[in-house]
Amino acid sequence: MVLIKHEIKQARKALIIWTIAISFLLVICILIFPEMGGELTGMEDLFSSMGAFTEAFGMNQVNFGTLPGFYAVECGNILGLGGAFFAAMCGVCVLAKEEGSRTAEFLLSHPVSRKKIVTEKLIAVVFEITIMNLFVFFAAVCAVAAVGESVPWKEFCLLHFAYFLMQLEILGICFGISAFLGRGGIGIGLGVAACLYFANLIANLSEHAEFLKYITPFGYADGADIVAKGSIDTGLAILGMLYGAAGIAAAYIKYYTKDIQ
Amino acid sequence: MKEKAIEIERLTKYYGKSRGVDNLNLSVKAGEIFGFIGPNGAGKSTTIRILTGLIKCDSGSAKIFGKDVAKQKTQVLKEIGYLPSEAVFYSGMRVRDVIRLSADLRGIDCRKEADILCTRLELDTSKKVEELSLGNRKKAAVVCALQHKPSLCILDEPTGGMDPLIQKEFFSILKEHSAQGATIFLSSHILSEVQENCTQAAVIKDGAVAAVGSVSELAKVQTKRITIRGIQNLPQISGIHKVKWENDACSFLYGEDINNLIRALATLDLKDLTIVEPGLEEVFLHYYITSAAAEQEEQHTAAK
Repeated sequence: MVLIKHEIKQARKALIIWTIAISFLLVICILIFPEMGGELTGMEDLFSSMGAFTEAFGMNQVNFGTLPGFYAVECGNILGLGGAFFAAMCGVCVLAKEEGSRTAEFLLSHPVSRKKIVTEKLIAVVFEITIMNLFVFFAAVCAVAAVGESVPWKEFCLLHFAYFLMQLEILGICFGISAFLGRGGIGIGLGVAACLYFANLIANLSEHAEFLKYITPFGYADGADIVAKGSIDTGLAILGMLYGAAGIAAAYIKYYTKDIQ
Repeated sequence: MKEKAIEIERLTKYYGKSRGVDNLNLSVKAGEIFGFIGPNGAGKSTTIRILTGLIKCDSGSAKIFGKDVAKQKTQVLKEIGYLPSEAVFYSGMRVRDVIRLSADLRGIDCRKEADILCTRLELDTSKKVEELSLGNRKKAAVVCALQHKPSLCILDEPTGGMDPLIQKEFFSILKEHSAQGATIFLSSHILSEVQENCTQAAVIKDGAVAAVGSVSELAKVQTKRITIRGIQNLPQISGIHKVKWENDACSFLYGEDINNLIRALATLDLKDLTIVEPGLEEVFLHYYITSAAAEQEEQHTAAK
């Protein structure tokens, strides 16, 4: 518990900044919907005939003139990418930063087992991601209410839950990477998140690249897909959770035997 | 018979091809103030990092109060107070928060002892860690290492950055801990510090212990400091090292049969001759110079 509190305290500034930034962009996006929504109605044909661009962002699957369709594509990209970057950053830094900032000697010379250190650090980052998602969800609901629209609860809950799962998966993978690093590795984490995002865009473009959906969490957290189908692809989501769990398991195994420099 | 605080047997650690320690054996009895002497790269820090569980050895074993460091690390760390050579803390934290965090990680309320230590070391606990000088960072690390009154204090080059008055107070604190039964394991390359404060010492060289014993015993090794006045050239005998000329005085270390030296000097017209026990510093040099001379000789022979 001591380490959980310490980690959250250390990360509070980054948590506040990322939460406010994502919420702000999301709220702005929702606030412009009434203006955009009217103009977008009837433009489905245009959006669905933009070739590769349409395919990549799944714009042929949803109606942009409706709030769920607009939210899935526009806001989904903000929360999807922003949340993925935040999760990657949290995961990739949490173990490696101790060696990078040379505080590992201080921490690991105390009678706390490495297993406990990994567990408490993991709980801390999962808590941070949960707090960020709850706040963003609350901000989005408030913004929808503010523009006088009724909240599409089912789509909202499905989308936000999918993004949360996606962030957990990226967090788990980056947490595993973190145990192998001797320094911060923010660049690596952000790179992993960006690669996974673009992997989904490529998977949407070509049938030959569809296998990428089995690799990237953006496959089951594709906003347009979720709104169109009214559900999350459970198979892909379970596979994603397995990838995340494998990352966490790798972190425990590596950190337990690691020489701290 | 006193319990062994530290027991190291055939400890070996390599970082790839680079040697950390190689077949190191060492035993420290409980209650001793033990000096661990060696230059940079000799293997002091590697030994300490294995003892504190930061790194794993390749082979051999290290035990603290009979507990294996690798297998019972958490239990071992409860007994230890560790002062690293470079004290680094979490940026943004105040000194009092760092000290509190250290106590909380141990699950012990050490506020009373921490306050005493901070007062004695004149440490301002309201400062942020990034505002601290090297010496003040060291003081904060000392409080973290000693506030829980550990049975074994492992101190890696502890006085770096401390001013002489604080150094004196620091060693006085250590001696008080030792008087209460704690074992002090002090790694240093400042030999006077070891000679003044330690009862036992070991010299580490090339990853292995070159000599071990009481500080007074170590200072009584065969090597002597010889000073001669009134000569122009040294007698041509082996075993002479570290020659210094000053006006008409010649001073050197001699580590072989003293009779050979006396016989050689008997042929010379001397003004004065003094033979003294060397200080620990000279003993230390003896272990390093003799091996360097041997290496040079080997290279010379090989070249021939």
